[in-house]
Amino acid sequence: MMLELSEVDVHYGAIHALKGVSFKVDDGEIVTLIGANGAGKTTTLRAVSGMLKPSAGQIRYAGAEVGGWKPHKLVAKGLCHAPEGRGIFPNLTITENLRLGAFLRRDEDAIRADLDKGLTLFPRLRERATQMAGTLSGGEQQMLAIARALMARPKLLLLDEPSLGLAPTIVETIFNIIQEINKQGVTILLVEQNAHLALGIANHGYVLETGTVVQTGTGAELLRSPEVRKAYLGE
Amino acid sequence: MIELFQHIVDGVSLGAIYALIALGYTMVYGVLKLINFAHGDVFMLGAMIGWYASARWTSESASPSIFGSIWVTVLAMVFCGVIGFVIERLAYRPLRAAPKINSLITAIGVSFFLEYGGQYLFGPNPRAFGVLPHRPPLSLAGISIGYVDLVTILTSIVLMIVLQRIVFHTRMGIAMRAVSWNPSVAALMGVNIDLVISFTFVLGSVLAAVAGVLYASKYPSVHPLMGLMPGLKAFVAAVLGGIGNVPGAMLGGLLLGLAEQLVSGYTSSSWRDAVAFGILILILLIKPSGLLGRGEAEKV
Repeated sequence: MMLELSEVDVHYGAIHALKGVSFKVDDGEIVTLIGANGAGKTTTLRAVSGMLKPSAGQIRYAGAEVGGWKPHKLVAKGLCHAPEGRGIFPNLTITENLRLGAFLRRDEDAIRADLDKGLTLFPRLRERATQMAGTLSGGEQQMLAIARALMARPKLLLLDEPSLGLAPTIVETIFNIIQEINKQGVTILLVEQNAHLALGIANHGYVLETGTVVQTGTGAELLRSPEVRKAYLGE
Repeated sequence: MIELFQHIVDGVSLGAIYALIALGYTMVYGVLKLINFAHGDVFMLGAMIGWYASARWTSESASPSIFGSIWVTVLAMVFCGVIGFVIERLAYRPLRAAPKINSLITAIGVSFFLEYGGQYLFGPNPRAFGVLPHRPPLSLAGISIGYVDLVTILTSIVLMIVLQRIVFHTRMGIAMRAVSWNPSVAALMGVNIDLVISFTFVLGSVLAAVAGVLYASKYPSVHPLMGLMPGLKAFVAAVLGGIGNVPGAMLGGLLLGLAEQLVSGYTSSSWRDAVAFGILILILLIKPSGLLGRGEAEKV
């Protein structure tokens, strides 16, 4: 078991954003959380990566109870979060952004090799390696965010809305790469509004509604489910 | 013409000191979005420790030597570095989640604490400061460059090059710039935010300590309220260059020093302070983000 949430609650002040969320992610899987805006998808990822402290419930990651840990400690344990809106640093160069992803690593030779690997995975970044990341287009920024997360050599990668605001061809590229990363052994927890795409590549999916898991199944099962088709696939 | 060059040399020397202090303001603002109004008093503490080290703990001030002055300065740097760390840890960190205004008021409180604590321990009267060996001024084509000014300019250049290396070419520097853009995302990269903030305070305070020793050597006296005016001036310099911007603080300090020196040289020295604060008002009216600042509004 890579990650398991049981009965997790999160409050933002008086707002009860997550109400008893439970789900699990097995080693090597792609698991997706789908749901409408405000359902609590991003909040869930933030609780897992330590940006938010759960008010109740347990989060177990790689055998340890990690609820309330600081993000940098979780990164050291191989849990990486590519946040919503990409979170790249426009005031740093592309290479500096990537190096920041490897912040806790000390193996300079391997970091250089991974840097090269990342730039090979996304050739468009290589052309601009010394430019400020703020000059990149939206799709390129998303590529940078993913490449940067990989620099930490994650065991579990949390991706928040990687398709947001991108042209369909770029979305396809990004999703192919997500599958490629998964094949190389990285477990992925994916939050998406594009339910069709996400369920298409996921082993398991969970449907969130107003802070609660309302439905679960394999990606294929959820794609066939009438409720999901109606609510999230526009039928 | 010679007079002009003379004023420029003096202005650069003064500006270099402002720049060293301004760097502390701007770096702390960068990572915390806080104007650390106690920073001018850390500068004062640097001068004060320099005085203790040279006049009390040793007899350095009686017969200053190059080696002794370096030792005195290093001692002031270490002491101020520790003070900077402690101030952040005790005064600002508990308020990190509170509204910014709380930290700002606390900064003013810390400033008063250091000023009046200094008066209690050190006494309110100025004391003579003599750390640098006496040397005749250098004469270059009719322009006289005071020994202290020469040391000030050279020291500042070296320190700014070192700082530039740290901020733009080290892991910690990348982390500082990342935290200044977005602390929560920086944390997701594995950056320990608390550590970066502590490091920033220590770095700024160490620079302020050097500035304190240099300033006290230039106007050879030390007293507990000496940080007030240079602190405010350096704040103006940081805003002029673009608060949060490291090269901006260097540029702002230099320009402010030059402006003050030229105005007091060609009109009257009573206009000095008016010019500095006039510049603050002008920059806030015309280009609030500063000369080198990012041209955007505060992120929310």
